[in-house]
Amino acid sequence: MAHHSHEPQVTVLPPNKEKIKKLWTVAGILGAVTAVEFVIAFTMPHGAAKTALFVILTIVKAGYIVGEFMHLKYEVKVLFWSILIPTLFIIWMLVAFVYEGMKMPVF
Amino acid sequence: MAHSSATTAPEKSVWDGGTSPMGVSYGKLMMWFFLLSDAFTFSGLLITYGLVRSSHPAFNGLPEAFTFSTEYWPIPEKVFEAVPFLHGYSLPLVFVGIMTFILIMSSVTMVLAVEAGHRMDRKAVEKWMLWTIIGGITFLSCQAWEWTHFIVGTDAPTLVKDFVNGQWITKEVVGANLHINQYGPQPFADFFFFITGFHGFHVFSGVLLNFLIYYNTVTGVYDRRGHYEMVEKVGLYWHFVDLVWVFVFTFFYLV
Repeated sequence: MAHHSHEPQVTVLPPNKEKIKKLWTVAGILGAVTAVEFVIAFTMPHGAAKTALFVILTIVKAGYIVGEFMHLKYEVKVLFWSILIPTLFIIWMLVAFVYEGMKMPVF
Repeated sequence: MAHSSATTAPEKSVWDGGTSPMGVSYGKLMMWFFLLSDAFTFSGLLITYGLVRSSHPAFNGLPEAFTFSTEYWPIPEKVFEAVPFLHGYSLPLVFVGIMTFILIMSSVTMVLAVEAGHRMDRKAVEKWMLWTIIGGITFLSCQAWEWTHFIVGTDAPTLVKDFVNGQWITKEVVGANLHINQYGPQPFADFFFFITGFHGFHVFSGVLLNFLIYYNTVTGVYDRRGHYEMVEKVGLYWHFVDLVWVFVFTFFYLV
């Protein structure tokens, strides 16, 4: 009895071509943004503008990963904001700590 | 209001139970909240890096004139410029760029596995999970090489001042660990090991979870269960690992 393998009836649907195409587009965007970051890394002088540009591009990439790959963009609004709003604390933490660091030189 | 007649049922909120107000299963919701807490952990590490880095002097000269010294924080592109089999060539950030590409690709194959799971296509889930596992293992192998190179060090040693037995001495240092660091101030090496190590451990756990999902797919567990939601849940974790790497890449290697 236990060895009687019973395969369930499974209906396999055809691939969602449109969706798959969109996923590859997102992958292309992520790759392109990373390439742009590389170009900036070796062409722009170090400074606040460069750092700001890197932060913006990183947030763009994070948006695509969380929104499209992790599907958060299409979830119910309550879930979307439950995840997004707490990350505001991270921004505050970043500002507070780096500001404190600049006031506290080691040398 | 209190005298509501028996003909109208009392207004029921979505939060009164019996429904999923957030439109996802318990397991998926908890995965989201776990990832949120994990995001705080990684933020703690990266922000502390920012704190310590901003409390050290930066290198003010031209990048071409940069040399390793414990007097200032190193320029990351001057530290991470080695690529396997190309010893002696200066290829700044090339290897870490390849690693980024590998992780993004494994994220794509993961999301394709999720798509296949929605269609109950076992063969396609197997294929894409296997690619995702290969991507994860490749990334970990790259990181093992990166760590080895960082620990072993460059050909030329760095002169480091150290306080030994009550007097300052200058010694030659090659490589880095939690006690010595040829690339710059000691915390730079410590953060390298902790941040990339903590991320690498997440990748390692992700590979194990991916293998578990792959195994269950092959043995038909999800076909019998009637859905492939486990692929989605582990997929969320895997994308998060990719997401963290995007931030590590920017704040540790680029800035």
